[in-house]
Amino acid sequence: MSARSSVSLQDRILDKFTSSDALVSVVVVILGFLVGTILVAVVGRDPGGMYSAITQVLTGWDLRRGVWNARYIGEWLVVSMPLILCGLSMAFAARTGLFNIGAEGQYIVGLTAAQFVALYGPPIPVLHWVLAVLAALLAGAVWGGIVGILKAKYSVSEVVATIMLNYVAFFSSRFLTMLIPGANTYRTPNFPTTALLDSPFLQSLTNGSRLNDGLWLTLLSVLFFWVVIGRTRLGFSLRATGLNKEAARYAGINVNSGITTAMAISGAFAALAGAIVALGAFTYGRVLGGQDGYGFNGIAVALVGNSTAWGTALSGLLFGMLTSAQPLMQSRQIPKEITSIIMGLVVVFISLRGGVRMLLEWRMKELARKGRVSE
Amino acid sequence: MSGFFKTILDMLPSVLMIVSPILIAAVGGMISEKSGVVNIALEGLMGIGAFAAAATHVLLESQTGLSIPIALLIATVAGMAFALIHAFASITLRADQVVSGTGINLLSLGITVFLCQIIFHQERTEPFRLGMLPGWGGIYPTAWIALVVLILAWYFLYKRPVGLRLRACGEHPQAAASAGINVVKIRYMAVLISGALAGLAGASLVLTQTIQYTVYTINGAGFIALAAVSFGRWLPKGILGSSMLFGTSVALAIYMVNIPSLRVLPSEFFSVMPYIITLVTLVIFSGKDYAPRAAGQPFDKGRS
Amino acid sequence: MPVNAIEMIDITKIFPGVVANDRVRFEVLDGEIHALLGENGAGKSTLMSILFGLYESDSGTIKIRGKEVRIRSPNDATNLKIGMVHQHFKLVHNFTVTENIILGLEPRKGSGNVDLAGAEKRVAELSARYGLAVDPRDKIENITVGMQQRVEILKILYRDADILIFDEPTAVLTPQEIDELLEILRRLRSEGKTIVLITHKLREIKEVADRCTVLRRGKYIGTVQVANATESELAEMMVGRTVSFRIDKKPCQPGELVLKIDNLTVIGSKGVPSVRGLSLDVRAGEVVGVAGVDGNGQSELIAAIAGLLPVKSGTIYLKDKNVTSSKIRDRIQAGIGLVPEDRHKHGLVLDFRLDENLILKSFRKSPYSNRWGFLDFDATARHAEDLIAQFDIRAGSGPATPAKSMSGGNQQKAVIAREIDLSPDLLVVAQPTRGLDVGAIEYIHRRIIEERDKGRAVLLVSFELDEILNLCDRIAAVSKGSVVGVLTAEEADERKIGAMMAGVGAQRAGEQNNEEGGAHVR
Repeated sequence: MSARSSVSLQDRILDKFTSSDALVSVVVVILGFLVGTILVAVVGRDPGGMYSAITQVLTGWDLRRGVWNARYIGEWLVVSMPLILCGLSMAFAARTGLFNIGAEGQYIVGLTAAQFVALYGPPIPVLHWVLAVLAALLAGAVWGGIVGILKAKYSVSEVVATIMLNYVAFFSSRFLTMLIPGANTYRTPNFPTTALLDSPFLQSLTNGSRLNDGLWLTLLSVLFFWVVIGRTRLGFSLRATGLNKEAARYAGINVNSGITTAMAISGAFAALAGAIVALGAFTYGRVLGGQDGYGFNGIAVALVGNSTAWGTALSGLLFGMLTSAQPLMQSRQIPKEITSIIMGLVVVFISLRGGVRMLLEWRMKELARKGRVSE
Repeated sequence: MSGFFKTILDMLPSVLMIVSPILIAAVGGMISEKSGVVNIALEGLMGIGAFAAAATHVLLESQTGLSIPIALLIATVAGMAFALIHAFASITLRADQVVSGTGINLLSLGITVFLCQIIFHQERTEPFRLGMLPGWGGIYPTAWIALVVLILAWYFLYKRPVGLRLRACGEHPQAAASAGINVVKIRYMAVLISGALAGLAGASLVLTQTIQYTVYTINGAGFIALAAVSFGRWLPKGILGSSMLFGTSVALAIYMVNIPSLRVLPSEFFSVMPYIITLVTLVIFSGKDYAPRAAGQPFDKGRS
Repeated sequence: MPVNAIEMIDITKIFPGVVANDRVRFEVLDGEIHALLGENGAGKSTLMSILFGLYESDSGTIKIRGKEVRIRSPNDATNLKIGMVHQHFKLVHNFTVTENIILGLEPRKGSGNVDLAGAEKRVAELSARYGLAVDPRDKIENITVGMQQRVEILKILYRDADILIFDEPTAVLTPQEIDELLEILRRLRSEGKTIVLITHKLREIKEVADRCTVLRRGKYIGTVQVANATESELAEMMVGRTVSFRIDKKPCQPGELVLKIDNLTVIGSKGVPSVRGLSLDVRAGEVVGVAGVDGNGQSELIAAIAGLLPVKSGTIYLKDKNVTSSKIRDRIQAGIGLVPEDRHKHGLVLDFRLDENLILKSFRKSPYSNRWGFLDFDATARHAEDLIAQFDIRAGSGPATPAKSMSGGNQQKAVIAREIDLSPDLLVVAQPTRGLDVGAIEYIHRRIIEERDKGRAVLLVSFELDEILNLCDRIAAVSKGSVVGVLTAEEADERKIGAMMAGVGAQRAGEQNNEEGGAHVR
């Protein structure tokens, strides 16, 4: 009964497991897929279809017909870009200790701003889309910054505030976009081509997919995140604020301005996602009929990526893979919502990580206490 | 002028129709938070309830006259079942309650539409022919249900021993534990009740306000309920008032077409109003000081 | 034939790395007040936690009233009529006194509802019987700490406890409240209760205990009749050597005025002034102590000096600079160093590394970051290595050690190192040795004196009178938010300061000072 090594193998595995964040993410994703697979099988569809769709999207290789088409890879990247950026948005806020789930609204204001500048900006090559992107960044920074100020000055929870602002953004975007002369209830006139982010080079590389110059902007954003958080003064003060707000304040760090700055940058990331989608994947402005969803999925992306730059990038690619495989899955009789289910499960599992760790530490202490007593 | 007020009075049943789901969900949120567990998943749980009710009703309505009560029951049970996930994650596994709640919201969107695809082969439920009918005075039964739920909650929280213990768990779980109270059991119970109520709220919503379940059915009502709890300072009387306020602004958004003087404003203005009002009240009445002290913190038995 | 209410035989309890109780013997007679004496870490709390069912011993037996029992949880203990008044109260702040007392054992009416009125009556009866004056309807958040403690006592009396364990009950009380508590203990004894008093306050043991058991480093040292033992005998048993109560230090040579606080009023968290018209000076080269019971405005005073709380009225001058409304960062620049009360909450970012914590206040400056805002990791690491050597900080992986894996003493050394490294003109130190072992305490005390000898102004805020008496050149006693009196090191002793802390001081201290020929209340 009283074992010499009272710490069981099971506990030791769990300990190793929960102390490596990357490992946790990997296992959680696998678990999510597992449950998803089971669910698909339970309702009588073929899970194989899920995986062949995913493979096709990753490699371009259609296993059923034995043909290869690079377009699928291109589309995978097209969908991943806004996911990565929305993930970066939530991640940046998370590092400062904030739970910004308003990426959806910030995405919308970025998209709307970009659309406006696309239609009304100077039709000069390069300058046009640069201005549009800058307008989006500014809009996102403002939208995020508002939440930051509300939190810093009025202690309003960013969780509820961002959700409210999501709806405000959605309805305002519809209203404003429909004001544009020539717009109807779902679209505006075409953009001048100078505003578009499309890239003939990338398009030809991927056999006509919508892959565009947003790719470079996304890469730059990941780098920006990594450098700012890890290597700058600002990043240091934001991380300190996120890990221990009181100690940061005691040390003379201006916590309020830090919160606002972090939320503004966070909003800008999401807004950039909106701009890339607006100018890269479409040639005209849209009157949004519903929420595109990148903002919400960005939450899962950041959590799986553990709020780090490269983790988020990888995780964005993962979820992009799932999302772009949806039409293929649908054509294989698998409801595309399986991807949302997997993502939801992943988020729930990840939330357990900190808890499992705490539980383990408690169990270790308990075992040490009861150690040699024969019960 | 009197015509204006008459219009408002005519609107009362519609306002109550919209307030009821919010109030029911808010009572659930209050119970959960008063026991110490933050329940962000109200939105997702309402969605589960709405889907369950819509699906049950449309499948049964041609077969039995009891399809609406059955639908309400199934929705309540479904909400409770899903809340079990949140309870298990937050209480037993000490997860971050906000994250696990958000996960459930994502999960709910996915699962409900997934099941729609399986059962109805489309991304929404089949519209049912006839939803819940209004009763006396044009007021839907859900308004009475909401009132009963509120009064029962007040009674159990403030008059019964279990209520005293539940409130202790949310303020100072160590004190409750040292008094011999099973904090874990009480918190589980509170979260499951909040899930049941959220499911019931979602069902009420879908059966009175629309004809089917889609991803847009709940549209933030769960979060508005959360804000109602906060604005109402976690007290039954308070959340009655705040739910009325928020519900009224949502109602205005839909019914402004009936009020000529308001028709000059674009419809989006009214769609946006409930969310702006919620936001503004949160700012003015940042009620953080009134929250149960231990809400959101996992209960650590080892610490004294 | 006197009966043993409690017998704990051969109790051993081992935690990872430390033997908390090593075959400890503990016998308490029925109806006596028995003190359990020992330093921090001697094992007294552990032993009583075992008695109360919070832990289970690794070996040994427990007998209650002659019968062998197993106590696996507080419920078992309560069923055996054992009750414990903890150091940290377990009271729900917005419940009433009665609701807190009946929680878990609520009386019910026929309908099943809580019988609140009946409960309030019973509470009033109990409180009258044992002389514990409380209003059953008051809310916990509105009553004093002393009254809250009485609610805790009523909680266990409500459950018919015969054996009452008190864990360091006087730590949070004013001297007057302490006297009231000791009176309550005598009253409980006369009503037939058995009391165990865990403490390290020798004077209180002498005043109220019948017998005293001493533990040292987990071992049972002995049991004495209190009437037959002197305080120094008890101290020697507790510590294991003759205790010298003073540190050697050079005479104080005060220089220019560094800190001048004038008529300061600060509003605390409850919306009422916690600091009221407080005035204080600190000069270079001296250590000024602020002595008082927790809750008399010390935390708010420190927060106001640091810049964390706004000042309602009055001024704070650092040398000739008015810093009353300066931002925190500006005060750090102006030369205020602060070692906060709670090193985990305010001093360190536990998830940061040691070197990151050491530049927490200076990361903006070169060489830790350059002109473009980028951090220099090498310079940061070198700085940390330097401080590690200077201050003898034990950190397993050097500069990269995560702060949370360091021991309390070393964490505190790190905070002190960081502050001293900034070369502040004024060093404010709050509760610097709370929760630390003897070795760390000695080091930190030495260091404080060193800084004072280097010409710094040091303001020491502490709830441990011994620490204050040991280190300070001048001592200001505060009560209810203002300075009641200031004594020099020669003039001061525990009794005088204790009186001032209780607010009795203002006139009496004036009288005493007049007799000794020199009054200054500044």
